Amino acid sequence: MGEYAIRRALLFIPTLLVATVLVFTLFWIVPGDPALTILAGGEGDSGSVSPEQLQQLRQELGLDRPIYVQYASWLWSVLRGDLGTSLWYKTPVWDQLKDRFLVSMELAVMAILLAFCVAVPLGIISAVKQDTGFDYVSRIFSGIGIALPTFWLGILIVYALATFFQWLPPLGYATVWDDPLLNLQQLIFPALTLAFHDLAFTARVTRSSMLEVMREDYLRTARAKGLMEILVVGRHALKNALLPVVTVSGYQFARLLGGVIIVESIFVVPGMGTLLIDSIVHRDFIVIQAVVLLIAAVVLILNLMIDLCYGVLDPRIRYQ
Amino acid sequence: MLDRETTAGRVIPEIRLEWQALATPVIAVARFARRKPLGAVGGFIVLALLVMALLAPVIAPYDPRQIIREANNRVPVYEAPGSAYLFGTDHVGRDILSRIIHGARISLYVGVGAVVIGVTGWFIVGMVSAYAGGTVDLIVQRIVDAMMAVPGLIIVLAIMAVLGSSLNNVIIAIVIGMLAPVVRTVRSQVLSVKEMEYIVAARAIGAPAARIIGRHIMPNCLAMYLILATYYVGFAIILEASLSFLGVGVPPDVPSWGGMLTAAAQGHVTRAPWAGIFPGLAIFLAVLGFNLLGDALRDVLEPRLRGVSTTARLLSRG
Repeated sequence: MGEYAIRRALLFIPTLLVATVLVFTLFWIVPGDPALTILAGGEGDSGSVSPEQLQQLRQELGLDRPIYVQYASWLWSVLRGDLGTSLWYKTPVWDQLKDRFLVSMELAVMAILLAFCVAVPLGIISAVKQDTGFDYVSRIFSGIGIALPTFWLGILIVYALATFFQWLPPLGYATVWDDPLLNLQQLIFPALTLAFHDLAFTARVTRSSMLEVMREDYLRTARAKGLMEILVVGRHALKNALLPVVTVSGYQFARLLGGVIIVESIFVVPGMGTLLIDSIVHRDFIVIQAVVLLIAAVVLILNLMIDLCYGVLDPRIRYQ
Repeated sequence: MLDRETTAGRVIPEIRLEWQALATPVIAVARFARRKPLGAVGGFIVLALLVMALLAPVIAPYDPRQIIREANNRVPVYEAPGSAYLFGTDHVGRDILSRIIHGARISLYVGVGAVVIGVTGWFIVGMVSAYAGGTVDLIVQRIVDAMMAVPGLIIVLAIMAVLGSSLNNVIIAIVIGMLAPVVRTVRSQVLSVKEMEYIVAARAIGAPAARIIGRHIMPNCLAMYLILATYYVGFAIILEASLSFLGVGVPPDVPSWGGMLTAAAQGHVTRAPWAGIFPGLAIFLAVLGFNLLGDALRDVLEPRLRGVSTTARLLSRG
């Protein structure tokens, strides 16, 4: 197990480094001069920018140094927890980001839990009762869930709530520690919107993985020795069938974080997504870099943890 | 009709008739539809979308960009669906049906453009990476891993921030967003083809790498190319819609389905539900159409690719 853990960790470090390089290059592929783009704004109106302003900003951003020096100094400050100063808000990025990061994470975790609680039983029943009416209905349901755009579903949910229940999620935001009830009222519908897409996906993975396991010999043995069907499925089949579901959930979490951006802007949740969209409108590259890097780091660490858990749960993996 | 003489001296009538040559594709399509009814539904949706996009100026009742002025100089803002405006009008008084019809052009332009450039380009990268192995493969794989860690939508958003919003920049951004999933799928497929005996044989007689890739591996991957291309049109359509919805895709006056939903999301949906329902329905049907067609093509042409649809969807998000 020790060797396996080290091997996984060694794979994780270069990937994270490549991610930092990619995030760093993002800023530097701005056509023309990034300093000019920032000063001129989105429209590229360069006439109103004086050469002194340009020179000053270049020095501020360190653009006059060679690119590898810029990368090294950027990486060093990121490692010390300094994500830079926002170009638009003129405050440290981390101050902007820390509360919003927690909000987005809470939303994503709520969504993934909701999705799991519905999708796993759905997938299991669908597989056990393969090719019955239930299976077809659940497959159509998940097919629709996958093609349904999150932003459209969000709009429809807002419409349904307002029209049929005369109710809208309260504006503003309260943390779960301050006011758990208000927090739940604000986040439950965005989380449901997000969960629907993942639910469909998880149900499909659970179903196909379960179908594969159901054909294994040891299940026939379990039945032959007279075990109750519920124990055959629940204890013997499920244990193995859930492993692939857990593996895909890492990348699924990444996908979910993309969806978070969309539902946040529909339900006006003050999370990372709304900050990212604001920063894109203002071309605040420092904030964009920080958000992308933070998400990449979270997903990579999560995947590492899942891989390690997987190694504990399934000894075969360790010796590959 | 030509008769052919066989070595045994018997005459076998040539069975290929002119009309049969014409009928073969029709029969093939009919057989496909019978085997895969859901795929046929998908194909029908895709075909309808194509016709809509091609004939947009002819079938759209109004100019999609023009604010309508009625006889008494009244602007019909949020007019409910009725005989004059089948799907109603939007928040500035434009016909929603006309905008949806013209929107099909934008969606298909982005979808097909991104697939022709992206799937083709990344296909070659994936093939070369798998075939070359070694350092090349290692570097490509680390880039793919790093990009897989960031949701496709966020990659595309960040690139749009750098490039600025325009129709062609949307395509460039989506092409970059396709890199990781396409390269990964193609690579794993080519890795298994590479070990086949005829490839080993070709290498043994000294065929150069370019010939092995071009003449032996590529023909084996054509079915996969077709399947991936179909899926990724849907992927690109939903990403374009998401970008335009968030206000960073195509410029606001361009009739994009995603952009049409922006006003609806800002609380207008209770006032004019039709402005939120119809454009969303168009996106949903288009994506569903390409997904169903892709699923059916995969089952018929290359059942080994069952994982692909999930990879394609892994990064698509909207």
